[in-house]
Amino acid sequence: MSLTARVAVVLKYASLVGASLVVLLPLLVLLMGSLKTNDEFVNGAPFEPPGNWFNLDNYVTAFTQGGMLRAFLNTSVILAVSLVGTVLIGSMAAYALDRFEFRLRRTIVLLFLLATLVPGVTTQVATFQVVENLGLFNTRWSAIVLFLGTDIISIYIFQQFLRGVPRELDESAAIEGANHLTIYFRIILPLLKPAIATVVIIKGITMYNEFYIPFLYMPDRDLGVISTSLFRFKGPFGAQWEVISAGVILVIVPTLIVFLLLQRFIYNGFTSGATK
Amino acid sequence: MTRRRGTLTPYLFLLVPVALLAVFTYVPVLNMFGYSVTSWNGLSPSKEFVGADNYLEIVTRPELFEVLRVSLYYIGASVVQIALALYFATVLSFNVRFRNLFKGIIFFPYLINGVAIAMVFLYFFQPGGTLDSALRVIGLGEASQQWLGDPDIINYSLAGTSIWRYLGLNFVLFLGAIQSIPAQLYEAAELDGANRWNQFRHLILPGIRPIVGLSFVLAISGSLAVFEIPYVMTGGANGSETFVIQTVDMAFKYYKVGLASAMAVVLLLIILLITWIQRRVVPDEKVNLS
Repeated sequence: MSLTARVAVVLKYASLVGASLVVLLPLLVLLMGSLKTNDEFVNGAPFEPPGNWFNLDNYVTAFTQGGMLRAFLNTSVILAVSLVGTVLIGSMAAYALDRFEFRLRRTIVLLFLLATLVPGVTTQVATFQVVENLGLFNTRWSAIVLFLGTDIISIYIFQQFLRGVPRELDESAAIEGANHLTIYFRIILPLLKPAIATVVIIKGITMYNEFYIPFLYMPDRDLGVISTSLFRFKGPFGAQWEVISAGVILVIVPTLIVFLLLQRFIYNGFTSGATK
Repeated sequence: MTRRRGTLTPYLFLLVPVALLAVFTYVPVLNMFGYSVTSWNGLSPSKEFVGADNYLEIVTRPELFEVLRVSLYYIGASVVQIALALYFATVLSFNVRFRNLFKGIIFFPYLINGVAIAMVFLYFFQPGGTLDSALRVIGLGEASQQWLGDPDIINYSLAGTSIWRYLGLNFVLFLGAIQSIPAQLYEAAELDGANRWNQFRHLILPGIRPIVGLSFVLAISGSLAVFEIPYVMTGGANGSETFVIQTVDMAFKYYKVGLASAMAVVLLLIILLITWIQRRVVPDEKVNLS
């Protein structure tokens, strides 16, 4: 190998290791911090390891006083209902739009397409009034209906997938006399399994991370989800970085586990979802 | 059979999705335009019509439009972000040891909860926090700053955080696009004696141009709509207030729903304009990843 080639290889690995350090270092400092006592955190340096690697006191504090237990429960409930709803609504819309010819078809497709151009953050000022008039303010339903109502990517993913599924399958069922609801539940939905996996993963991660909607519509402390509960750590634990660190790590760990288990799906899901 | 015209079935399947779309997208957008010409405070039953007053206020009160300037930091950051993503995607599309590990590490921040990221970087930028300590370790302790306390620096710090968070998505998109370039092309190029730079210039760059263009547009509209990171980290203090933070405060803190709606309309129109330009410049069907 020539000298320049060797230098290039060294630079290449140096840049990769550098990038990894930039990503990991801020996270590792908080991981170590979450295992320190208040005294260690205040008097020690960020890169010093904790005295006891199994000191979980801060996690206990985060769970009990910080309300993270309730937060995980609220997030799970909202996530479960919203994901089932997203899959049903998205696949029904995709089924209707892909398998039927009808007069308003083009109009409806256009309405969905146009809606993708409207960034959610801009309309919240007016969405707020709608949610309040429906009596959903400060209920879990506010987050659920907004997750369902502003989700167009799922319809798109289902439609893309359905296009590749041969029509003969549902057409032959129709000839045998099955009605459309039966066809949808018995044939279409099972066929969509891979697309359902994609939708559940990318929507699940997006909803898990959502801050704006729960922050705006569910200010009640008892309705705190993980984002808003962690946000509220800033007040009471403002001076206790070791507890905030524990909260941060608690929020990241489930994401990390899901990522490690489902890497392939996640890469594919986010690349197909982002380029709608 | 299933394509029969005139049946009610598709409408029944679309009933719920279209109702949700109407109630949570189209009704708010229309209402927003309606509110924007009133002086409504969001609470009182009556809305007073004020014509274009709110829009005039946006244009004439400099501090309202000033916040758009903060977006420039984020737009600048997205240029850096896309360049870095392009670099790492190119490097990792060739044979590299621990390829999947590096890919995973660079992508993972994109999946992390935004509030958690804000907290991580709140500590990162604290006096004596992660950044200051790291600088001291490599002998640059002198370079320490009030990363979040100095109005001249704060937006660089926050935009840097934004790069950390979003680089992974661009990177994975570019990597996917590069890997969909047929391998024979590289082999042919190598036979022709093309070096890595030539391959990048003449093979990779043309192959991923549509996705890079799309990323720029998404980055610009994203830069105009920045909210989470600065809101959680600084609450918009020290000159880090963005357009969306100001809109939200205007509506929900100062109860000026009319003015806030006008601001939201302005932002919506700017974003639609950028999207429209993109559709002109980068034709849609060329973006093809799978």
